[in-house]
Amino acid sequence: MTNNIVEKSAREINKMFLNKEISAKEIVEAFYKKIKLAEPSISALNSLTEDLAFKQAEVLDKSISKGEKLSPIAGVPVIVKDVMCVKGYPATCSSKILESFIAPYESTATGKLWEAGAICLAKSNMDEFAMGSSTENSAFKKTKNPWNLNTVPGGSSGGSAASVAALEAPISLGTDTGGSVRQPAGFCGVVGLKPTYGRVSRFGLIAFASSLDQVGPFARNVYDTALVLQYISGYDPKDSTSLDIEVPDYTGKLNSDTIKGKKIGLVKELMGDGIDAEVRKSIEKSVQIFKDLGAEIVEVSLPNVKYAVPIYYIVATAEASSNLARYDGVKYGYRTGGAKEILPMYMSTRQEGFGQEVKRRIMLGTYALSSGYYDAYYKKAQQVRKLVTQDFLNSFEKVDLLISPTCPTTAFEFGAKVEDPLSMYLSDIATIPASLAGLPAISLPCGFDSKKLPIGLQIIAPALGEELLLDASYAFEGVCKFENKVPVLV
Amino acid sequence: MSAATQTKYEVVIGLEVHAQLKTKTKIFCSCPVNFGNDPNMNACPVCLGMPGVLPVLNKQVVAYAIKTGLALGCQIAKRCKFDRKQYFYPDLPKNYQISQYDEPICLNGSLDINGKRIAIQRIHMEEDAGKLVHAGSDRLHGSDYSLVDYNRTGTPLIEIVSMPDMRSAEEAREYAQTLRGILRYLDVCDGNLEEGSMRCDVNLSLRPIGSTTFGTRTETKNVNSFKSLVRAVESEIERQSEILDSGGRIVQETRLFDENTGKTFSMRSKEEAHDYRYFPEPDLVPLEISQAWIKEIKETVPELPHEKKTRYQEEYGLSLDDTKVLIDDKNMAEFYEAVVRLGANAKKAANWLIGPITAYLKENKTDIIDCCMTPKQLVDLLKALENGIVNDNTAKAEILEEILVNGTEVEEIINKKGLSQITDESALKTIVKEIIEQNPEQLKQLKEGKEKVRGFFVGQAMKKTNGKASPAIVNKLIDEFLKSS
Ligand SMILES: [Zn+2]
Repeated sequence: MTNNIVEKSAREINKMFLNKEISAKEIVEAFYKKIKLAEPSISALNSLTEDLAFKQAEVLDKSISKGEKLSPIAGVPVIVKDVMCVKGYPATCSSKILESFIAPYESTATGKLWEAGAICLAKSNMDEFAMGSSTENSAFKKTKNPWNLNTVPGGSSGGSAASVAALEAPISLGTDTGGSVRQPAGFCGVVGLKPTYGRVSRFGLIAFASSLDQVGPFARNVYDTALVLQYISGYDPKDSTSLDIEVPDYTGKLNSDTIKGKKIGLVKELMGDGIDAEVRKSIEKSVQIFKDLGAEIVEVSLPNVKYAVPIYYIVATAEASSNLARYDGVKYGYRTGGAKEILPMYMSTRQEGFGQEVKRRIMLGTYALSSGYYDAYYKKAQQVRKLVTQDFLNSFEKVDLLISPTCPTTAFEFGAKVEDPLSMYLSDIATIPASLAGLPAISLPCGFDSKKLPIGLQIIAPALGEELLLDASYAFEGVCKFENKVPVLV
Repeated sequence: MSAATQTKYEVVIGLEVHAQLKTKTKIFCSCPVNFGNDPNMNACPVCLGMPGVLPVLNKQVVAYAIKTGLALGCQIAKRCKFDRKQYFYPDLPKNYQISQYDEPICLNGSLDINGKRIAIQRIHMEEDAGKLVHAGSDRLHGSDYSLVDYNRTGTPLIEIVSMPDMRSAEEAREYAQTLRGILRYLDVCDGNLEEGSMRCDVNLSLRPIGSTTFGTRTETKNVNSFKSLVRAVESEIERQSEILDSGGRIVQETRLFDENTGKTFSMRSKEEAHDYRYFPEPDLVPLEISQAWIKEIKETVPELPHEKKTRYQEEYGLSLDDTKVLIDDKNMAEFYEAVVRLGANAKKAANWLIGPITAYLKENKTDIIDCCMTPKQLVDLLKALENGIVNDNTAKAEILEEILVNGTEVEEIINKKGLSQITDESALKTIVKEIIEQNPEQLKQLKEGKEKVRGFFVGQAMKKTNGKASPAIVNKLIDEFLKSS
């Protein structure tokens, strides 16, 4: 029974644990065994949190032996992106500058999971400070896409996506700023959800772009995705931008019939040039599935969506240039050796501690905020951001949900876009608009291309429309049956 | 300022005053606001700006800013926001300061000094930085090493920015002192320049008399007392007028005042000035301020010094100088009003507080609320005087200090020390008779109209009674004796 535990969903693992078919300790052992087998091929993880995992397992096994009532996520192992703080463990952001940083506090989202009895297995690799779309910007390692080890897992939450695809854990946490959960979910053939901005606390999430960052779950099915969302959501007095709005019962109300009679808009601008033909075909097939499920499909135009990528790269880099100013060698993390004065110390520390892409974005953001340029760049970008948001508001007066491909292409090969940051930035063209508008959006596996690489379908809902988003996904999953498809690692 | 300068240039001064607010906790975290603790004891991940932490606004800071704004007649914004002011310095852990840039909480107020209205442009909220201690140098550059103490980091500040409405060092001092008085009355700030809980930056420029455009200004920091403020302004006027006289141009720059030399020196020029790259703080949501909240805060604004100044003169008939002494310290003013409320004569109470009591407080470096005397006790003492139970000398010499130090009741002191005035005429008659008979020479002089000699007899009577004789009765007896003899 425990042999194939790693293939089980979070829901199944929890059920087996609550039924005492398997102990928490056995669950942890099975997953670490799987991690040891898979890691040499995919390199999804930066560090294991074994002490914590076994301690949590021990508490769970004691609770269950005492007959205590445990939660629907108890005993479920989780992998956490290395941008989130787990108290007492490294939080490196896959950066040399934070390589030695041990988090002295727990992020609110992870704390809620541990409180509910989930188990922390490991911290996953990512693009440095969540800046990138391939996880190639990690200062430590190259994470591979489990479907094809020559291709990238996407990014920036590439480690979290790849680990769930490779059965290292049934669920993981990532963060999404411009698509960093949805795009790797699409590339790795798993479900990835970016909640409404403010739905999940950002406390303990090391900031890239504060007005965009949001924690989101990865899983191999929709129920598990809803399960994680259920536990990480909610108001947090430690995060002023978190929403003080009640959390609905996401898992209990999951219903594949809600989609019947609903109107879904296919985003015209995200189905045209620049979208790979095979991807487009797969999305058209998904459209047919929704029609068959009783939804009405209409074409919708978001005229300002063409500005989304440039706006994003002004707003996000501006905020990043400020958020990353604190890494200066004075208080914690990396400090250069030998500098005799403060200015050379600052400069060498940051020169040596940050990778190329991070430095590029700090420069871009600093420029956009500079005196004389602020109005032309940052302020203008914020104004156009409002137009993009307005486009969504207008379209949601006519339709209930929007769909598009998650990415213009399937996973690309290592090095394909490293030298061309602009083409790398464009791989987030479909995910960035919802980020700018703070809307919830999900990526679902919807098929494979001729290279046997997964294709992602993106569904976008109005703000706080996670219930409908999950219902639509649940109905789609029922037809598409993607949850049974897992890569075979060589 | 030399007479020549005075006739040639008009001085234009604006002040930026930073006031540390007396909240229990810091502006964006729950660390206590305490001074004098060991370095870095009052610091947490939030005020240290560690990775992944977020600021949470302390509502009390907003309330104090609104209270100050209301006291200074400002418009309170319905909605305002915070911004990041960015520059690298080791005492600033995030390398940006959370401040307010283009949407401050208070706008367009004013403050009256000696009948002149000084406009207040704005008040905004921000966080304070930490403190650096340098080894081998007095600044970061060139020191062997520098230590940083983050205890002060995140202490709430309000910055009160005046318009360039002041025209002399004296006006600048008067403005700063009046503002401090208000902040203290509001109980939002200690107003201690020496300890830095209130800091004044001086913007100063000169222009030819009659000119309507402003000259190039300098900003002078590090002014740590009102005396320094006057000295800094005077030295900067001197410096600028010398440059202008010799045909030079003023450089727009930040300067520091040096207490030892009494001069200002350049800290950084406009070219070296930071580009602060302000942008809205994305970790905080815009602040909405309801009319109801403003109304609630308005009710907590006490009567302010300038209002008291008018009332004391009109209602109590005090002189301007006496009024100033009483209202200088809020506690003194409150004590005084309590004494008057309990039925004491307003003028007599003022005289006692301004005279012997203030002298005692100064000598012992203490405050009226730190003394044991209650307003009721001062009233009792004034009544004992009025009713002739004790005389003025006894009250000052024997009773006052005992009340101030130990809070003993007036009646108890009088009884215990046997201080009651001798008002028994027959007892005093014997004494007066004796004195007059023993001093025929003086009696002769008194009879000849030398009234000065009367004091000699009263003094003798006091001496014989250990100061307890009622001067009024002694005088009356002397008169009777003169008439009858
Ligand atoms: Zn703190």
